[in-house]
Amino acid sequence: MAFNLFKYSSPASFYPLAGKMAPLFYVLAATLAIVGLYISFFVAPTDATQGEAYRIIFIHVPAAWMSMFIYIVMAIWAGLGLILNTRLSSMMAQALAPTGAMFTVVALITGAFWGKPTWGTWWEWDARMTSELILLFLYIGYMSLTAAIDDVRRADKAGAILAMVGGINVPIIYFSVKWWNTLHQGASVSLTRSPSMAKTMLLGMLIMAIAAWMYSIAVTLSRVRLLMLEREKSSAWVQEVLEKKS
Amino acid sequence: MGNVLLSVIRRDLLLAFRRRADVLTTLFFFVIVVSLFPLGVGPEMKTLRLIAPGVVWVAALLASMLSLQRLFAADYQDGTLEQMLLAPHPLGVIVLGKIVAHWMVSGLPLALMAPLLGLQFDLPPEALGILFIALLLGTPILSFIGAIGAALTLGLRGGGVLLSLLVLPLYIPALIFGAGAVEAYIAGVNPEGHLSLLAALLIFSGLATPWVTALALRIAME
Amino acid sequence: MAQEALLSLALVPLNRPYSMLEVVDLSCLRGERTLFTNLSFTLSPGELLQVAGANGSGKTSLLRMLCGLSAPIAGEIRWNNAAARGEDFNRDLLYISHHSAVKEELTPIENLLIASSFAAAPLTQPQALEALERIGLGGREHLPTKALSQGQKRRVGLARLLVSNAPLWILDEPLTALDVRAVELIQARLAEHLAQQGMIVLTTHQTLQVPGITPRRIELG
Repeated sequence: MAFNLFKYSSPASFYPLAGKMAPLFYVLAATLAIVGLYISFFVAPTDATQGEAYRIIFIHVPAAWMSMFIYIVMAIWAGLGLILNTRLSSMMAQALAPTGAMFTVVALITGAFWGKPTWGTWWEWDARMTSELILLFLYIGYMSLTAAIDDVRRADKAGAILAMVGGINVPIIYFSVKWWNTLHQGASVSLTRSPSMAKTMLLGMLIMAIAAWMYSIAVTLSRVRLLMLEREKSSAWVQEVLEKKS
Repeated sequence: MGNVLLSVIRRDLLLAFRRRADVLTTLFFFVIVVSLFPLGVGPEMKTLRLIAPGVVWVAALLASMLSLQRLFAADYQDGTLEQMLLAPHPLGVIVLGKIVAHWMVSGLPLALMAPLLGLQFDLPPEALGILFIALLLGTPILSFIGAIGAALTLGLRGGGVLLSLLVLPLYIPALIFGAGAVEAYIAGVNPEGHLSLLAALLIFSGLATPWVTALALRIAME
Repeated sequence: MAQEALLSLALVPLNRPYSMLEVVDLSCLRGERTLFTNLSFTLSPGELLQVAGANGSGKTSLLRMLCGLSAPIAGEIRWNNAAARGEDFNRDLLYISHHSAVKEELTPIENLLIASSFAAAPLTQPQALEALERIGLGGREHLPTKALSQGQKRRVGLARLLVSNAPLWILDEPLTALDVRAVELIQARLAEHLAQQGMIVLTTHQTLQVPGITPRRIELG
């Protein structure tokens, strides 16, 4: 195969680099998660109004943050892949999607578990919960579209358009849902209404968020390595990698 | 450029006229879905009045899903789409023409039919008028946004189901403002805010989506 | 079929006849498979290039790349010393693929008029009627196209050849499903186009007999 096919970006040199970086981020993620969980469950004080049940927000809030953050990052990578025609950026977008969807599901489930003792219902048509659900639909749409297209180049580009259109729509959807919500229910239950959030609570939440971030990087790097092997299995560098392994 | 726009609209309307059955299928689908709700919910007029705007709007979203699959499919299969991509005119303008024609045969009939269906739900006459205006502003938004999905899923297996997966979440703002306008009126609130936002959405989607759709079509045809 | 009648078929003069098509180091990939690499050629006014090769050797892929429908993985295509893309290039191009781009619900005359409304120079009704008459669809102009035979439908699509003023023609299997008379007519039209300093790239499985022209050939695969 002609070498000029790889002129845009070089998976051949990124593959070993990602292989070295991924374990580092896994270790960071695990360490931070242990510290963060310790602070969340043993150091942070019991909430005056919500009791012990509030502690689920140490998972819920970081997951919700990551779910939105990853969508933005994914749309940016996909857009770069579309505009600059760089294969690696498109692969990064593809590799990020499942992690983003996973955090969205975690945010929804933990939200429900928090809602039951706090509001007395599993589901509240609150603006944030609803937007989170719609975000999940957007992730599912992106993954189904890229999976349905056999031609990799078309899948990357079509996925990029969808991710960017979704990205533009997310704020519109969020504000329309919020507006809808205030009209239908008056003042809705605020998720962040804790009179004085103790410093340790905030610290725990931040550490957990960074842990989730590190985990996302690690798992994305591992996934992008697999994608590179799969997509370029006929190229010389993949053959070399496979020979070394066997 | 205006000539191209007009000749595309004329062509698609002529084709739709020759295939009238397809147009009527979508309309009847809309009528049937709306008419099923009272049977499922019960005939109590108070409840029906409450759910009417939402029911009509959701049915309109579903009906637009059905018709969107046909937006580019025939032109894709017989090679006309290739010729459109190679025409010496901006593809976005051709796409705009196709979307406008598509709305005239699939969205406009829904808006015209909706007040009649609103009677089944005992909506007061002014609310019927607002329902009509909201659908008049909202159904073109569905065609505009849906066109992107139709272009992205062109020629894919299971394209129809995939299309709804991609497009329905993007319809949510139109649904909220559209159904909300009627609900607001029934609740005694001025629906102007809702309608203005719907109009803003229409202008924004009308300016942006034909070009995005054109890009998606070029990608699909590669 | 009388030769002098054919010579007047071009209803409109060619726009910008002096151009050149240059293809430099073109490579094409389908899925995992490389169809061709480093393909280079130039085509000058009055030349015909026949692309040959077995099924699946990338003939249609090459033609679609030349049109600008798909992007090459490497290499470039130039027209008039600029990248062969965009509305200016499209004005100079006529592409007939193996899809006929003919609507079954419309009549032949409607099909031709609509096709020409997308092209650079729209036709008048008498011009379109004349073109259909010449291609052997006289008397069938107003029947629905779905009532026509396979070969007649093909002729509806090919009627565009008689009225096109684009200098560059890219034709994918223009002679399939045609009877002897129609094949002769099309070949005479190709000769006429070349005589007017037009350029043609085509694929065909039939032996090509364009009067007075020795086609250049490239073999793929």
